[in-house]
Amino acid sequence: MTSIRPAREEQTAVAPFAAQIAESAPPAVWRHRHLLDLDAVSPEEIATVLRSAKAMKAMLRREVKKAPTLRGRTIMTLFSEPSTRTRVSFETAGKLLSADVINLSSSGSSTEKGESLVDTVLTLQAAAADVLVMRHSHSGAPYLAASVLERTSVINAGDGSHAHPTQALLDLFTIEERLGSLEEKRVVIVGDISHSRVARSDLWGLCKMGATPVLCGPPTLMPWDLLKRRGFDEGHPFAGVEVETDIERALGGADVVMPLRLQKERMAAGLLPSVREYARLWQVNQERLSRHCPEAVVMHPGPMNEGVEISPDVAHGGSSAVEEQVTNGLAVRMALLLMLAAPHGGDHD
Amino acid sequence: MPEAGEKSILSREQIRRALNRIAHEILERNGGAGELLLVGVRTRGVPLAQRLGELVSDIEGEPVPVGSLDVTLYRDDVHLRGLLTLESTDLPVSVTDRRVVLVDDVLFTGRTVRAAMDAVMDIGRPTKVQLAALIDRGHRDLPIRADYVGKNIPSSLSEDIRVRLVETDGVDEVVIMRREGAPFDRLRTSGERT
Repeated sequence: MTSIRPAREEQTAVAPFAAQIAESAPPAVWRHRHLLDLDAVSPEEIATVLRSAKAMKAMLRREVKKAPTLRGRTIMTLFSEPSTRTRVSFETAGKLLSADVINLSSSGSSTEKGESLVDTVLTLQAAAADVLVMRHSHSGAPYLAASVLERTSVINAGDGSHAHPTQALLDLFTIEERLGSLEEKRVVIVGDISHSRVARSDLWGLCKMGATPVLCGPPTLMPWDLLKRRGFDEGHPFAGVEVETDIERALGGADVVMPLRLQKERMAAGLLPSVREYARLWQVNQERLSRHCPEAVVMHPGPMNEGVEISPDVAHGGSSAVEEQVTNGLAVRMALLLMLAAPHGGDHD
Repeated sequence: MPEAGEKSILSREQIRRALNRIAHEILERNGGAGELLLVGVRTRGVPLAQRLGELVSDIEGEPVPVGSLDVTLYRDDVHLRGLLTLESTDLPVSVTDRRVVLVDDVLFTGRTVRAAMDAVMDIGRPTKVQLAALIDRGHRDLPIRADYVGKNIPSSLSEDIRVRLVETDGVDEVVIMRREGAPFDRLRTSGERT
């Protein structure tokens, strides 16, 4: 009934404004009940989240930042690993949309008495959780939870070294906000990519949105499991990914540089010689940035080891988007909660 | 031109005249364009507010700020609306101490306007909030009325009214049709009131 007709000739006077409206409003798409990783999320769905998050971010600048939309909905966060920014970000996002947010951690819960994960999440569903935000040290735990929950949506807030989709979405949002688009942007990720759930979700998101991820770090810490058969299989999801162990070469022409936190336990596993050698070979510092990519935006998923993977002057320098990432994370999580926590939200699978 | 099963209520020319009259009424009621802020309610209120803004600016010879408002977060029927996403709310000036004129295409139950008022109040404290609607089709659920109306269309609940604008739909027209799935009910327009 609302078919678009070609404008009649005498009506073309208003055409520039028409183009503006058409551009700003492609149809909103989202088909999932849970958000577990970005591998199952389409580029159109990612674009939908980013657009909604942009409007949410504008709301964060208002005098009254709160809206009544999710009144009467309950969001529970279940974290089996320490986290400040992700948990606080979800809690704030829920509260700004007027949901009730209840925080649980494994310590001090029945998990310590030996309750299984399935029993825990079923209990939370029975206690009327509409959304369960889950951080777990074991890869795949949110998938197990999602497989047994019928009324509760699961959002993966980081599982083992597998995925951290909301961090990836906020990274995509930050890049798009700073650079206008993700298309063909050279995003250099430096460090322990193999064990980084952030980098793994970023890889899915960046490739889907047409960016070029460049992975840099010790060969022992590259995600070879994801990259295998790349260059052989047609339509490989990571066909566009570049791997470059030399940071000087990797940084050439970079639009974004994202060092990852170096986790001390990797040394114990024999994957790295020493922190000092790592810093010498792969630290993102001002001297390297000035030489190879002075305009690049610097991002970090936090928490930072300043002086190891990133130098303090870069971490707090003019090209750093680290603090902005925190605000953007809030906006992205508000957009996601609006889609997943609203009552009977849409034609989800 | 209306599609099969549709009956035209307003032509392009009639929409133009109605907006022209509303622009004059806004200026008359507010004693000029000072402190005015026109706010279009997404989606079709936005181009209507833009057009009214141009008309008012032309008449007064001074630019009048025009903004857009997304009321999704304030709706009372989020459970009926499926996928929820937010579009931008874009206000060029603060609403505080302004005479805000909300602009929408069709005034029906009044629930969208209620949501829009709540949204505006959370952004600031306007001195006045007024409402302009291109079509008032009746059937209010809430005690809300428009200050400026393009055309009153007494309608049946088994009918649908569509406003199409060049900016969003490629054509300017307002049509009435039988609501899909509704029992047959003779189409009524103000021209053939029963």
